[in-house]
Amino acid sequence: MHRKFRCGLIKMSKNEITVALAGNPNVGKSTVFNALTGLKQHTGNWTGKTVDLAQGKREHKGVVFNFVDIPGTYSLKPHSKEEAVAGEYICFGNSRKVAVVCDATSLERNLYLALQIIETGADTVICVNLLDEARKKGIVVDTNLLEKELGVKIVEMTARDGVGVTELLDSLSEKEKRNPVKIIYNPNIESAIEYIIPVLKKNKIEKINQRWLALRLLENDASANNFLYNNAAFSQGQKNEILKAIASGQNFLKEKGELKELSENIASTLYEKASAINDATTMKRVESNKITKSEKIFTKRFSAYLVMLLMLSAIFYITIAGANYPSQWLSAFFNNCEIRLLQFAGYINMPEVLSGMLISGGFRVLGWVVSVMLPPMAIFFPCFTLLEDWGVLPRVSYVLDNSFRKAQTCGKQALTIAMGCGCNCVGISGARIIDSKRERLIAVLTNTLTVCNGRFPAIITLISVFLVSGCGFVKGLYSAIILALIIILSLALTLLLSNLLSRTLLKGEQSHYILELPPYRKPQISKVIINSVLNRTLIVLFRAVAVAFPAGVVIWLLANMNIYGVNILSLVNNLFEPLGNVMGMDGKALSAFFLGIPANEIVLPIALMSYMGAGEMSNIENISVIGEILVNNGWTNVTAICYIIFSVVHFPCATALFTIFKETKSIKWTALAFVIPTVLGVVLCSLVNLISKI
Amino acid sequence: MTTLDKISTGEYAIIVAVDTELSLKQRLYDIGLVPNTKVKVIHQSPSGNPRAYLVRGAVIALRNCDAQKISVRADKDE
Repeated sequence: MHRKFRCGLIKMSKNEITVALAGNPNVGKSTVFNALTGLKQHTGNWTGKTVDLAQGKREHKGVVFNFVDIPGTYSLKPHSKEEAVAGEYICFGNSRKVAVVCDATSLERNLYLALQIIETGADTVICVNLLDEARKKGIVVDTNLLEKELGVKIVEMTARDGVGVTELLDSLSEKEKRNPVKIIYNPNIESAIEYIIPVLKKNKIEKINQRWLALRLLENDASANNFLYNNAAFSQGQKNEILKAIASGQNFLKEKGELKELSENIASTLYEKASAINDATTMKRVESNKITKSEKIFTKRFSAYLVMLLMLSAIFYITIAGANYPSQWLSAFFNNCEIRLLQFAGYINMPEVLSGMLISGGFRVLGWVVSVMLPPMAIFFPCFTLLEDWGVLPRVSYVLDNSFRKAQTCGKQALTIAMGCGCNCVGISGARIIDSKRERLIAVLTNTLTVCNGRFPAIITLISVFLVSGCGFVKGLYSAIILALIIILSLALTLLLSNLLSRTLLKGEQSHYILELPPYRKPQISKVIINSVLNRTLIVLFRAVAVAFPAGVVIWLLANMNIYGVNILSLVNNLFEPLGNVMGMDGKALSAFFLGIPANEIVLPIALMSYMGAGEMSNIENISVIGEILVNNGWTNVTAICYIIFSVVHFPCATALFTIFKETKSIKWTALAFVIPTVLGVVLCSLVNLISKI
Repeated sequence: MTTLDKISTGEYAIIVAVDTELSLKQRLYDIGLVPNTKVKVIHQSPSGNPRAYLVRGAVIALRNCDAQKISVRADKDE
């Protein structure tokens, strides 16, 4: 999936045209992108810049279009690295073609971005999307008039049904010269622009719209300054001349008392224009400002928390129940493969050490990780993406923001936690939705405290073996309550640690929280499956497989090799014994956490392997047998509680650490992500153990 | 004149000025909170903070501490 994208902008094949797909958030831009490119898309590196933008190709009438999906944004002023790179392309790129996706149901705010893009002089096509939704709301858009007003091509679209795709491709291929709308600012700003334009003309800066560039230079815009100062095409003399012109333009505005309000006035003018065009072209039958019933759910304390709890429980239930059978099938499949492989190894006379190491070690752990990890993830993430598409998740963040604000982070962290329930790796890379770097790091460092799918099975097993008695429904209910308590504990610890980090290592200003609550929309099942399976499940699975095999080999070697007649695994276990005892466990349980670093799913199996003195892991289906083994090895309720606590609060698994390193690009933060929760877990377990002895 | 966080739920207000540091100001402008814009307080989250505002056709959630920096005049016409 992640291959370097090389042709990008500079090396384009003959008939290839790059088109940037821009638009506000929640306007169905990704639906348009999918309708255009289908499955021919990938997330790749943007020509040497270290940001990932989704790109996809589509051939139309002999021309290959390379569509680049730009993150949803309200304006060209960037708030993230991705937006900055994308904005730079739209504003300063070589052959600038942009398709702006607009939401027909709220055209005014979409026109603001559209006008900004038209103003840059980029070759612009406007797609008015979600026309079906608008019609239902009684909104009619006069696209002919809109085309006249804006002076660029307008395409009507209902992307989810594929309506308008051909028209868009046609209009992107046409070479008709158009006359885009010119936005007139107040007389002072217009005069200030005139200070600069002659100098730009004289120095032959023609590729970029001069009015637009003059405005940005007056505003001291970072990317415009960068374009001027770090451009080898201009000599120092030219630069000085332009700088002088900027200074006199700014001085003029200062004298008129308008320099400070320049950005404000530009934004106001653009919004006034957008508003005027919107009023002229859009007819609304009825103004409906009523809050719907579903909207009220998330404004009342009781219903908000109840609905969120029910949704989370439902997703967990569906995941755990639904994953059961596929996991068994996969497990049987891998067992079968293993037997065949061993037979084959025997047939070719492979040395026993080698076949044991590779097949009973590496391959078995690999098969194990895939069969316990794939089904729950393939169920959890589509459910999650469904809620995301539906519009529920922004509301969850809205409700929880207050708690996170008190921990000096923001409500978007709640979404990374929800993703982390499926897999911490997804939660960690999902932290990209948080704008502030400080708050994003906190979300990354604390995500491992969220109990992921990989840890639930062992925790549920231990609860039912040690912590609840009775049978049937009562037992189920008690188990559920204890599980809920564990989740609440993990949430509380996340908030506590976030707060602690905010006050110590990651001090800094709290960012602002501006979040759009989009209207509820019917999710698109096919898109959901493609997105969640391709983008979330498979990537993580590949990474997990990459660490599972070597880890399996290492564990097998430890369990089967001796130094001076002593088994290495038991040496390791003895090493961990003192610390394990302090923490209310024993050396075998504690070392299993460390040996199980490739995946949380294999921690308990490794411990059982040590207890049974076996040389390889085996799958024990029967819970009472597990209980018997553990009790025979001295496990008590306290042992189980300490094990569960450490399972919640310990270092991230290898795949998660790898993801943390990819996201932070820093060894220091990756190391801290390991150390902080581990220390916290050791302290918590020791405390519980100490209290239990009093 | 008052500030946006003081307007009660269901009421309308018209933006007079945005007095925040530059980065927030730009983001507020981008979502359409420029002077002379009419906004409605739609609803509040269970804790009362953040609250949701109808701004030019979209529902935007803002924290009260940020809304406090936006001067408005109440608009009782509707």
